[in-house]
Amino acid sequence: MRLTLFKKTGTIAVLVMLFGTYAQAQFGAPQGISASSVPTEQLILPEQLNDLLRGGDAGKPLILQVGSLLMFREAHIPGAEYAGAGSQAVGLQQLQARVAPFGHEKLIVLYCGCCPWNRCPNVGPAFKMLHDLGFTHVKVLYLSDNFGTNWVDKGYPVERRH
Amino acid sequence: MSDATSPDSLWTHPRIRSLFLALLVGACFVAGPSSAIAAASLVNKKAPEFVRRDLSGKLLDLARFRGKVVLLNFWATWCAPCQVEMPFFAAWQRQYGAQSLQVIGISMDDDSAPVRKLIARLKLNYPVAMGDEKLGASYGGVLGLPLTYLIDADGKVRAQFQGETDLKTVETHLKLLLSHP
Repeated sequence: MRLTLFKKTGTIAVLVMLFGTYAQAQFGAPQGISASSVPTEQLILPEQLNDLLRGGDAGKPLILQVGSLLMFREAHIPGAEYAGAGSQAVGLQQLQARVAPFGHEKLIVLYCGCCPWNRCPNVGPAFKMLHDLGFTHVKVLYLSDNFGTNWVDKGYPVERRH
Repeated sequence: MSDATSPDSLWTHPRIRSLFLALLVGACFVAGPSSAIAAASLVNKKAPEFVRRDLSGKLLDLARFRGKVVLLNFWATWCAPCQVEMPFFAAWQRQYGAQSLQVIGISMDDDSAPVRKLIARLKLNYPVAMGDEKLGASYGGVLGLPLTYLIDADGKVRAQFQGETDLKTVETHLKLLLSHP
């Protein structure tokens, strides 16, 4: 009876693992580093970043968009730079090159906003890379829905091409 | 003898029934989908027109779909929830195509190569073209995916859905539009 129970439990565990793998493939970040992996204390809210932007130049962070270039061209936070998609190796190389001139205590804000937060494939890998490189003052802009809804539509400052 | 002013007889009157259904559809659209302010401003307005080549090389002119209900879906290969939706859109194209549904996909990827691969993998049966910032701007800013518009047979935007949306809700709205073009 114990063996039967063990077999059933094992079967269920395997099914759960298979489903987990499937779900990760279907919904997770391509590199498996979800935005949810960014520690809460490293997040910055839109209103907090907006306050920071309104402050003096001395405290202004380096703001890097690590998602879609096309969306960056549509609209971005004033002063932000495009630093490559965090979900792609080439994007991470671009990000690494951009932060190379700075000391590890440089205040850097990463953002994407391509998709709902827990579906974003970009900010998780980008944050991890900067963390692994030794950067200690990295914040990630928390956009629960997307950049349009949580930044543009809230009336925060935006630079547009069109 | 029927009473012309009774609720039953009013309901059987085609115009009254159509008006009621139109109001119902409108109420659903206003209350239902989550919407960004900028993009929501397109609802009940003429859908911005565009002409471009789809990825098979055919001309894709939104104006040529007048008379059909158009499901216009902005997506990208890196958008996980988009990839959940697209097989449903392909199924709806098969199911409702004869009722004048036309699904159109606009990829907001920076490069067409992964888009072509995904179209083949998902066996999409509707045209897909590459988007750009100009097209995004004309739709109020495509600044988050997925983003889907339902456009009626007269070319007016009747609903928009942003982010992860309950597909049953989208299908309900779609069916209402198809039944009352």
